[in-house]
Amino acid sequence: MPKKAAGRDIPSKIPGFKEIKHFEGAFANTPLVRKQKGSRTLPRLNKIVESLEQAILKSGLRDGMCVSFHHHLRDGDMVLNMVMDVIANLGIKNLTLASSSLTRAHNPLIRHIKNGVVSRLITSGLRDKLAEEVSHGLMETPVLFHTHGGRARMIESGELKVDIAFLGVPSSDVYGNANGYTGPSACGSLGYAMVDAEYAEKVVLITDNLVEYPNTPFSIHQDHVDYIVQVDQIGDPEGISSGALRMTRNPRDILIAEYATHVIEHSGYMEDGFSLQTGSGSISLAVSNFMRDVMLRKGYTASFALGGITGSIVRLHEEGLIKRLLDVQSFDQEAIRSIGENRYHTEIDASYYANPHNKGCATNKINVVILSAMEIDTDFNVNVLTGSDGVIRGASGGHSDTAIGAGISVIVAPLFRGRSATVVDRVNTVITPGETADVLVTDYGVAVNPRRRDIYDRLKTKHLPLYSIEELYQKAEKVTGRPEPVQFEKKIVGVVEYRDGTILDVIHQVKD
Amino acid sequence: MKLRRTMLYVPGNNPNMVKDAHIYRADSVMFDLEDSVSVHEKDAARFLIFRALKCIDYENTETVVRINSLHSPYGEDDLEAMVRARPDVIRLPKTESPEDIMEADEKLGILEKKLGLPKNEIKLFAAIENARGVVNVSRITEASDRLVGVAFGAEDFVTNLHTTRSREGTELFTARQEILLAGRAAGLHVIDSVFADVNDEAGFRREVELIKGMGFDGKSVINPRQVGIVHEIYTPSIEEINHARRVIRAIEAAEEEGSGVATLNGRMVDKPVVERARRTLELAHVSGLYLDEIQEEAAHA
Repeated sequence: MPKKAAGRDIPSKIPGFKEIKHFEGAFANTPLVRKQKGSRTLPRLNKIVESLEQAILKSGLRDGMCVSFHHHLRDGDMVLNMVMDVIANLGIKNLTLASSSLTRAHNPLIRHIKNGVVSRLITSGLRDKLAEEVSHGLMETPVLFHTHGGRARMIESGELKVDIAFLGVPSSDVYGNANGYTGPSACGSLGYAMVDAEYAEKVVLITDNLVEYPNTPFSIHQDHVDYIVQVDQIGDPEGISSGALRMTRNPRDILIAEYATHVIEHSGYMEDGFSLQTGSGSISLAVSNFMRDVMLRKGYTASFALGGITGSIVRLHEEGLIKRLLDVQSFDQEAIRSIGENRYHTEIDASYYANPHNKGCATNKINVVILSAMEIDTDFNVNVLTGSDGVIRGASGGHSDTAIGAGISVIVAPLFRGRSATVVDRVNTVITPGETADVLVTDYGVAVNPRRRDIYDRLKTKHLPLYSIEELYQKAEKVTGRPEPVQFEKKIVGVVEYRDGTILDVIHQVKD
Repeated sequence: MKLRRTMLYVPGNNPNMVKDAHIYRADSVMFDLEDSVSVHEKDAARFLIFRALKCIDYENTETVVRINSLHSPYGEDDLEAMVRARPDVIRLPKTESPEDIMEADEKLGILEKKLGLPKNEIKLFAAIENARGVVNVSRITEASDRLVGVAFGAEDFVTNLHTTRSREGTELFTARQEILLAGRAAGLHVIDSVFADVNDEAGFRREVELIKGMGFDGKSVINPRQVGIVHEIYTPSIEEINHARRVIRAIEAAEEEGSGVATLNGRMVDKPVVERARRTLELAHVSGLYLDEIQEEAAHA
């Protein structure tokens, strides 16, 4: 009978136990616990490393791996560029970069792509110069565009294996409990980052606000975090969030918002206890305000609002008109304040939000969603990714996730933008399939998807300017004429993945 | 029943606004070639409006063009271009005398004949914008068969009067009354002046209530956001509609018994009361309200 480390006699075989692993000493199999015991009251153990370079080296990053980021710091993000510069200096090449989205802050990536540091992009969207360069053939491998729900699905299923997640966090303690709503670079919800933290092989937090342990309430849990790097600044507050967004005075936006509110009120989906998601555009904000009037008039309260949360939704929550908020992304300072203060303003991760293959995502539970469109065609297919010139300048986001989940999806858009029509014969890129887009509301009138005869029947006596989408198309074409089709090269620069992982469309390189 | 509750100003040199002026569902849109267009842009604006009227389908919205005065260097060209473009109405600015109307009437007649257009196709609107116009207004409103309406322009009027506009509008009271009386006497539509502060919704509402109470048919508006407010105020309430229907029922019952007078809740219902009730119901109807639906809502209330 062998004696083991604790000096006990333990047999090698015990009935009912397949294999006995013997105790080898308290520290032998728990390497992360501090071995030199000092004060027993102050936990001095921490995961801080001195520099990004050290964190990258310790993480074991090698050529060909996949690194991930989140876009909660939006246009103010400094983390991605900071990390990629160090990676480039270390001479690491051929990386896949998977960010929940990419913004105008990320134009410096162009250089890293040209130098071979990054060879593949996986993202919800692209903007500005980076988007233009990609559209003009910057990359050999096409960019993979996913939805917010689709990204969570591919990470959870293992289809996308993230080797190292570099996550900027507005506050963290030394052990990796992090949240998004405290600190000088507060961004609110960390919903997209939470998925990376849970599933990435290694997790590196980057923060400019190291706080006392334990940093509760936390969004990213210490048990997922490997290293923490403290830096001067993770983001520019100006770019992270806007101040309180004012109600638009643009008569066209107000007109569209009035029609949309009217549609929602009479659609059959707005009743006591309903749920909704609105966006951050000026029409969406105006709709929130007008819906408030309807709710007050009819004595309705909403059970919850989902999604990107804005100040106008927070206002309704604080007035008691919306009972609960489920927040995957906080769009403005009011939303950021609220997620820290309000008990029923709950942070959710991207999988809970919209993953189509988990056991139930929140987008399935919404009655009403208001969505935008760059283009919509006569089959109701919606494009929010490429402009009328075929150049990438947008993001798939939660568009198709919510369109399919909601009882009624309302697409709001002006009939014209500048000299281009929004309602077209065929969209340049399909992001949301027409079978999931229910009603189009423009300044010229409203078109109900023929698939939704039930909604049409409820709206037809409600004094709305109802047209078929073909009629709206004709109204637009009469003014703009039929534009020359955009000229594309053979080369594919982008692949659009539907939320379920199937390929919905491809984007070709634009001709110069 | 023709409605002219709102006449929306659209600067004649702004293609974006001209392109879809009708989407805000004003009863009339008024393309302005006059004061909102600088002298450097007179030709461009005239050309733009000509093209717009030729190409764009303004659907059921009445199209009105405010041309420059026929005594200015641009008026005659405006008139000829607009007759060719065929808007519903031409609005003459700063009308001071019946001769202004007669001159325009004659020139329109000549142009219509020259271009082979139906006689008296294009209607006229007179704008009264100074003391002389107010003094002559009853002769102005009788000056031509083409006239369908008269509008008050308060901004120029107060300048001419050596005063400014007040919140209460006391300085406009006589002019409004004079124009209203003359317009009604001639069987024309009478519409009130613009309200300049587009962000003062409460002040705007007050003024619309006032002019509706005075008897005006509507108001010129300078921002699409004002359209809905005017329509809302001019649309009969459910109470007004239900009262009107009770009046009609009462008089119908009385008529069956051979009387032209009825009583409703102790009040006499005679011809003018019935006429007002009919007008209310007609207004409700053309405002796009379905009476059965209103009744349904009233039953719930």
